[in-house]
Amino acid sequence: MAEFFNEMFQKGQVRPPYARLQDWVAAMPAELRQMKQAEAEELFRRIGITFAVYGEGGDPDRLIPFDMFPRVFTNQEWTRLERGIKQRARALNAFLADVYDRGEIVRAGRIPSRLVYCNEAYEKAVAGIKPPKGVFSHIVGIDLVRTGPDEFYVLEDNCRTPSGVSYMLENREIMMRMFPDIFRENRIQPVDGYPEALRRTLASVAPMKCDREPNVVILTPGHFNSAYYEHSFLADLMGVELVEGQDLFVEGEFVWMRTTEGPKRVDVIYRRIDDSFLDPLCFRPDSMLGVPGLMDVYRSGGVSICSAPGAGVADDKAVYTYVPEMVRFYLGEEPILQNVPTWQCQKADDLKYVLENLGELVVKEVHGSGGYGMLVGPKSTTEQIESFRQRIVSDPDNYIAQPTLALSTVPTFVEEGVAPRHVDLRPYCLVGERIELVPGGLTRVALREGSLVVNSSQGGGVKDTWVLAE
Amino acid sequence: MRLSVEHVTHYRYDQPVRAAVQSHRLQPSSCDGQRVIAWEVDVSGGVRGGGFRDGAGDWVQGWTVAGPVSDITVTVRGVVETTDMAGVLRGHRETVPAMAYLRETAPTWADSGLKALARSVTAPDRLSLAHGLSAIVAEAIAYRPGSTDPHTTAAEALAQGEGVCQDHAHALIACARVREMPGRYVSGYLLADADGKTHEAAHAWAELWVEGLGWVGFDPANRCCPDERYIRLGSGFDARDAAPIRGIARGPGEETMDVTVAVQAVQSSQQSQQ
Repeated sequence: MAEFFNEMFQKGQVRPPYARLQDWVAAMPAELRQMKQAEAEELFRRIGITFAVYGEGGDPDRLIPFDMFPRVFTNQEWTRLERGIKQRARALNAFLADVYDRGEIVRAGRIPSRLVYCNEAYEKAVAGIKPPKGVFSHIVGIDLVRTGPDEFYVLEDNCRTPSGVSYMLENREIMMRMFPDIFRENRIQPVDGYPEALRRTLASVAPMKCDREPNVVILTPGHFNSAYYEHSFLADLMGVELVEGQDLFVEGEFVWMRTTEGPKRVDVIYRRIDDSFLDPLCFRPDSMLGVPGLMDVYRSGGVSICSAPGAGVADDKAVYTYVPEMVRFYLGEEPILQNVPTWQCQKADDLKYVLENLGELVVKEVHGSGGYGMLVGPKSTTEQIESFRQRIVSDPDNYIAQPTLALSTVPTFVEEGVAPRHVDLRPYCLVGERIELVPGGLTRVALREGSLVVNSSQGGGVKDTWVLAE
Repeated sequence: MRLSVEHVTHYRYDQPVRAAVQSHRLQPSSCDGQRVIAWEVDVSGGVRGGGFRDGAGDWVQGWTVAGPVSDITVTVRGVVETTDMAGVLRGHRETVPAMAYLRETAPTWADSGLKALARSVTAPDRLSLAHGLSAIVAEAIAYRPGSTDPHTTAAEALAQGEGVCQDHAHALIACARVREMPGRYVSGYLLADADGKTHEAAHAWAELWVEGLGWVGFDPANRCCPDERYIRLGSGFDARDAAPIRGIARGPGEETMDVTVAVQAVQSSQQSQQ
């Protein structure tokens, strides 16, 4: 496999954004490091932020390991990433607005119609509606990996309800509390504007029928949900109500929230529950988590739902292949961020190639997530590869494959000191009246030596992510 | 033909419920085959919610009823002028592409029996295929009221060899999908024949997508295509998705429901009275 790009050291030299961190690490004795690590863990535990990120499952009470060694981007690096991320978020929203309307991109033959309209995530109930500002996906999480100084690839898009932003905020908070000095020495752009930016974004997509300061709420499935901490954390920071389905009801043309002072109208719902649970009158009739009648109010312009039901058709792993095409088709621009080359096993030629090269590829389920049900060829035994081969052959439509990327590394605290570990990045792009991106994101790190799987369910941790000012 | 409809649905709760919410597909759209002369929906004690034309071209209307309430009556009254279009749906505006109706749902899932049934039809073109599928479904599932319930799937109805219009429509949609032909469920009204041969005034059938022709209705239960005796209310993937009324009540009360539907041919001169 190719050499890995180390984000701190190149040819024995420290790259400029990490210059001050080298002194910081050098000046930190092992005992202090262990003390700080214990302190960080204690802080996370006290906050109550635990394991589950990205709906991966696993033990909900386990702490996700936090690595104190920050990941750093220069302002210049970030500026380019920011342009690429915003471009992609615009294109994804244009795609959603199009496929729920005339479907020009399909008519133009730029994406196979079957992939869109026979997709499980395509929601017929949303066809023909025009959400405020034409936005379907208001929070777009774009997972990126880096393979070189200027080489970034998009691994996948998350257009529904990407989670993990609370880690971005908490990681920073805890780093600042534990190491105030390095925040004085480095000019690091703040990320704490995120909750206000999110609130502003949500308020900017208030429905047509809202004629006053919009009432925004977060709809959670409840405290048993693995991301409940994040739901309540964001509600707190935004100063909005956290509600469950049973707290809301439909009457007449609107959705109302029960309060001690009587019903209060709700204008914008940032929902953290899946489409199929939103409204038993429209989707799953047995859902107890949603609000009966919600979809009728939504579709007649009485309330906004963020993200729109059906937004998932843009982040499907098979649709992903066509996102660069969306950028060209809707924006008339060349994509700034590259896709990872992807083979679709549903195509005979691709399937043949994949089966012949299983040992070098990463194979994923089309609808899988959380690093489950995937094969990392170079890290697998012959038996594992052969058993995976059977799974692919028996259901090729369900698999895509990608080359094993040489994920960049960032120094990470390990038992023996500091060692490079592989990372990815999820920034959170906000789309409303404006498109905003807080300078930062969630860096996930594969803590096991040599591992390329950053998912927390597979031994991954998180890091604070810095973007330096000029 | 001018048809008048009176459709009353009465919900009764053994204990008062706190509130009820309904979503209606009870308003026929005007298209080449039908023109709405007069139409009125009323919900006793109800507040009209948001209404909109959905992506399939059907009018969807929300209603809420504030409790406590033990009785809710939904009354539909109207007059529609119909024309025989030989089943072809024309002049109906919609956004959802036909291909979206290749989706499988639980009641329209094709098991090996339905697959074999669908593949047994040979036809020189798509329209003949659609007719052939409709005929073979009618053949395989005898009409017998009470033989199935609302949760019966197409596969189950075929296995027992009998069913009602809902089962015929589900089975036809399943068979059409096996042959790569989009199909959807249509709910509506049907004028009872003078000879009493036609069965359900609140009726359901299927529409199949025939390339070059568009959506074409097929009614296996009556072995025909919808004509001027039919009023089309709305469509969906299956019976639940296309239901004229979907509703939910909050409260412990047990619900009982009865429905009466009367469809009659009226003289055009009666128009002024409507």
